[in-house]
Amino acid sequence: MEYRLNFLLAAITSLGNLVGSLFALSLFYNNGMDLGGWRWEEAIVVMGLAVFMEGFTSTFLRPNVGRIVQHVREGTLDFVLLKPIDTQFWLSLRNLSLWGVPNLLYGVLVVIYGGRCLGLALSDFARGVIPLLIGLVVLYCIWFMLSTMSIWFVKVHNLTGLLRGLLEAGRYPTPAYPAAYQIVFTFVIPVTFLTTVPAAAIVGRNSASIWAALTLAGVLCLLSRAFWRLAMRFYSSASS
Amino acid sequence: MNKRWRKFVTLVAASHAEMSEYRVELVLWILSSIMPFVLMGLWMKASHNAGGSLGPVGFARYFLAVFVIRQLTLVWVIYEFEEDVVKGRLSARLLHPIDPGWRYLASHLGERIARFPFLIGVCAAFFVLYPAAFWLPGPADAGRAFAALVAAFALRFLMQYAFAMVAFWSERANAIEDLWFFMYLFLSGFIAPLDLFPDSVRRVAELTPFPYLVYMPARILIGQQVDLTKGFLVMAVWGTGFWFLYRRLWKTGLKRYSAMGA
Repeated sequence: MEYRLNFLLAAITSLGNLVGSLFALSLFYNNGMDLGGWRWEEAIVVMGLAVFMEGFTSTFLRPNVGRIVQHVREGTLDFVLLKPIDTQFWLSLRNLSLWGVPNLLYGVLVVIYGGRCLGLALSDFARGVIPLLIGLVVLYCIWFMLSTMSIWFVKVHNLTGLLRGLLEAGRYPTPAYPAAYQIVFTFVIPVTFLTTVPAAAIVGRNSASIWAALTLAGVLCLLSRAFWRLAMRFYSSASS
Repeated sequence: MNKRWRKFVTLVAASHAEMSEYRVELVLWILSSIMPFVLMGLWMKASHNAGGSLGPVGFARYFLAVFVIRQLTLVWVIYEFEEDVVKGRLSARLLHPIDPGWRYLASHLGERIARFPFLIGVCAAFFVLYPAAFWLPGPADAGRAFAALVAAFALRFLMQYAFAMVAFWSERANAIEDLWFFMYLFLSGFIAPLDLFPDSVRRVAELTPFPYLVYMPARILIGQQVDLTKGFLVMAVWGTGFWFLYRRLWKTGLKRYSAMGA
């Protein structure tokens, strides 16, 4: 019962957040400005994808990847390492959290709403699926690498706060930012590939190509794997 | 009174020393509140093309002010209090010869002092990167902004402390705070100056305490006109309400807490 109430509160909070974000977005358009030449309906698709990504983060990433920090601090990582399956795999898929489900749902609804306003067909949405999957992989890799850092710095949750702040930036299409910001969001922290690239594919705009996104995702995968290996070489618990 | 004041000052000094140990964390924490800078970029570019009430430089200053205000009025007492209740640490604190509220307040103020040099650093770095936006509020504005900031911090602290009392009944008191925080985020002027809001929304927002926590001090800092009397009046009304709520919850909650054998 306690949890049901909490879930309701989480759903309301997510809804409030969504309404507020859409309101923030509308302020640009109501005051005669636009976001890097994107139309209101197109910006809504970006917003929906960002909300979806947030739901994905709190459903799949935070409960698992976020827990690595806890494993390290409490020394339970040793037990995980002793298990006869791949540790990265186990750490990544152990838990699910229901708190993110409302956001996943709202995100899909907003994307569909924005798409319908633009008169998009089902095939248009289908074009966004592959870039979206790539975006999810990129997001996972970034999260995993950050959490791996907890092997060295136990208090890494500040870093995830930084990451969250930057992901918030993904709520708006990247071309809406000044040039310097765009460089950061494309090459340093690839926020662009999480929301703007899939949205561009859905609404039929030009943006960074899918091959660039695919390459990035591949590189990040290898990098996060190598980084994890490196961390494991350095890891030694109190008793080992 | 004098004695209590001395105790309080000692607590502030102690928590300042404690926070100074965690400098790196503080830096990361400040960096993680980069949201105002992200929004600054958006508004600067948008107003560059279309013109707005403020223009690019105006927006840059506004969001820098928002960043500073947000840093100076951060409050997290509910998380501390909740943990103390759940883990039973509050029992020990109740035995101390000073109301536990002072201890939480002291830890916030001590941290604030430790944070201040970094804030100056961030502002300096910003002006070096973007010299066109350089400005300093005049002494009169600075004084008024200081008063508004003290009031804003006090009200934020009081509101959150009142919500924290719910921890006596539920283990997730912070869910209320989360909900409240979203209203704060969207109505306080954090996302955009209130004069860009549609009139109807703005009129409702001005009755809530939120715009006086960010928008009003930010306007003072960037040298725009504000209705200080109205601001302080609304804050006082909400403050009084929350004060009575807090006293009431504290008394009934404490009775319940001790009844559990602690």
